[in-house]
Amino acid sequence: MAAPLVEMRDISIAFGGVKAVDHVSVDLFPGEVVGLLGHNGAGKSTLIKCLSGAYRKDAGEILINGEHAEINNPRDARRYHIETIYQTLALADNLDAAANLFLGRELTTALGTVDDASMEAETRKIMGRLNPNFQKFHAPVSALSGGQRQSVAIARAVYFNAKILIMDEPTAALGPQETQMVAELIQELKRQGLGIFLIDHDVHQVKALCDRAAVMKNGQLVGVVKVDDVSTDDLLAMIIAGKKPEHLAA
Amino acid sequence: MSDQTVSPANPPRRSLLSTLEVDTRLLGMIGAFVLVCLVFNVLTDGRFLTPRNIFNLTIQTVSVAIMATGMVFVIVTRHIDLSVGSLLATCSAIMAMLQTNWLLSTFGLELGNPALPWLAIAGGLIAGTLIGAFNGWLIGYLTIPAFIVTLGGLLVWRNVGWYLTNGQTIGPLDETFQAFGGISGTLGETWSWIFGVIASVVAVIGLYNARRTKIGHDFPVKPAWAETAVAGIVVAGIMGFIWMLNSYQIPERVLARDFAAQGLEVPEGYSAAYGLPISVLLLIGVAVAMTIIASKTRFGRYIFATGGNPDAAELSGINTRLLTVKIFALMGFLCALSAVVASARLSFHSNDIGILDELRVIAAAVIGGTALSGGIGTIYGAILGALIMQSLQSGMAMVGVDAPFQNIVVGFVLVVAVLIDIIYRKKLGAH
Repeated sequence: MAAPLVEMRDISIAFGGVKAVDHVSVDLFPGEVVGLLGHNGAGKSTLIKCLSGAYRKDAGEILINGEHAEINNPRDARRYHIETIYQTLALADNLDAAANLFLGRELTTALGTVDDASMEAETRKIMGRLNPNFQKFHAPVSALSGGQRQSVAIARAVYFNAKILIMDEPTAALGPQETQMVAELIQELKRQGLGIFLIDHDVHQVKALCDRAAVMKNGQLVGVVKVDDVSTDDLLAMIIAGKKPEHLAA
Repeated sequence: MSDQTVSPANPPRRSLLSTLEVDTRLLGMIGAFVLVCLVFNVLTDGRFLTPRNIFNLTIQTVSVAIMATGMVFVIVTRHIDLSVGSLLATCSAIMAMLQTNWLLSTFGLELGNPALPWLAIAGGLIAGTLIGAFNGWLIGYLTIPAFIVTLGGLLVWRNVGWYLTNGQTIGPLDETFQAFGGISGTLGETWSWIFGVIASVVAVIGLYNARRTKIGHDFPVKPAWAETAVAGIVVAGIMGFIWMLNSYQIPERVLARDFAAQGLEVPEGYSAAYGLPISVLLLIGVAVAMTIIASKTRFGRYIFATGGNPDAAELSGINTRLLTVKIFALMGFLCALSAVVASARLSFHSNDIGILDELRVIAAAVIGGTALSGGIGTIYGAILGALIMQSLQSGMAMVGVDAPFQNIVVGFVLVVAVLIDIIYRKKLGAH
């Protein structure tokens, strides 16, 4: 088997004595979707923020393509082609879609000024693929619907040739039709060889979209299972009781 | 990811304003300004809208307007700067001391040396920038709230200025330096017209280039007649402003004095106009530079992104701490620039220079549509805000409104302006 795309080894992080993540190890292979499950406060978002650079881990190691990776801030993460779609979407509401898509990575003209026209043109291209109905290119994103905002956040993550994609509850605010589109997008990105971490509450969705599921409880890893080996009830039991199903426990 | 509400690419019918793509907020502010001017013009029997008063109004506005452009960036990033008036005083004190004392005693320069004013200005600008950067470091890196840092700064820098000058009034300042003050430094008629023509040409070229870029990317553009109309309005505005300033003739006795100073007499039928004051030219330069920073640079983009959502900015890899330092350093630089204009206008440095300017500057930015909740604000708005405030103030003085009522009205207008802005935004939001 090829080397894992991401290996998070023995990651720990504490906030004022509370061990939010306690010696957790997870890995991710190219073309694979790994679901992260757990209650609110189980530590899944915190774990993944160590990978996206939003938090700095206290202990443990992250390897990308088998090599040690130093990720101290979001800029570092971007250098390793790690892109994140945050649950909050992390959009600047007062700016338009293009400004958000290129935030921190603006295209510039020969004079060094931001090249709004080129950025808008690129934004129109990628939005044409992701959300063909999208027309509000000059409105601040605060004027967009939940689905439109989500598509801007997704466009930002996939535009820059991401190798590793982190999606934190990408469908939480979406209707059924939009959820279906996200599911299709995940399948397409998977075929392109991206590795995807999918944080989700919904065990059915994890079962449908993911290859493996890592379940966390109280900051600790309950276990990592192949979704084909378990039922949704097994997954629920892992989340609630914090124990691996018996037929896999051995 | 589909929309149920698809807006068609070309709506069938659009209003004149939306075809012209004119900013309705800008239009509203200009409307308010014109209204203020007209009302005072009636109340003063036509004395308000004379070339002389408009000339005075513009030079009185410059100092606050320059700082207000910087305050836009500060407020957009959800900070505040209460120390600008005090910082202006410290910079003014440093520049006055440099040109009348320190440079003379330390470097042996003579009074009247042509390098003096420039060295003094350079010293003041450096001091202002460093002090601003220090404020920004306290706020960005040590995470002390801007309100507290600059409230402390309000006391500190007011009294550093006092200490540096022993509380004395320092003057007269160098004549070249005084040229930045307004009436004692103007371009004269010919150069004002030349400036107007150049500015008009630059504006038209800018509009033309923007249109060409849009066409190059196949973006929708407004009809050619609308573009031409906008260009026409801009050019008319620029040339009208120059014409107004050029209509202010230098009074005969001032001419006589100037000629007498050179041992000459005023030729028969000679007249001259002041034209564009250098301080106003400076403000125009600042306005253009700050507008370009706001809309065309990464720095400006990050300022607005941080104001709109600090967490998103941070997660996008923006170093928001360093950004804060830069913003306050820029604010400090602009305070120093305003100090040049303010002290040059007085022709001396006095201990109370810039007192209460922090409130005028914040009010100008807020009246100009800068939202204290962050993320929203424009440079032109802040300048118009400063102009409206100054018009109210001097208009009431001309009408003879009692001093307490003047401040009551200005305070009232500030609150009402923000209320109108809130209502306007809610309407837009509902739209």
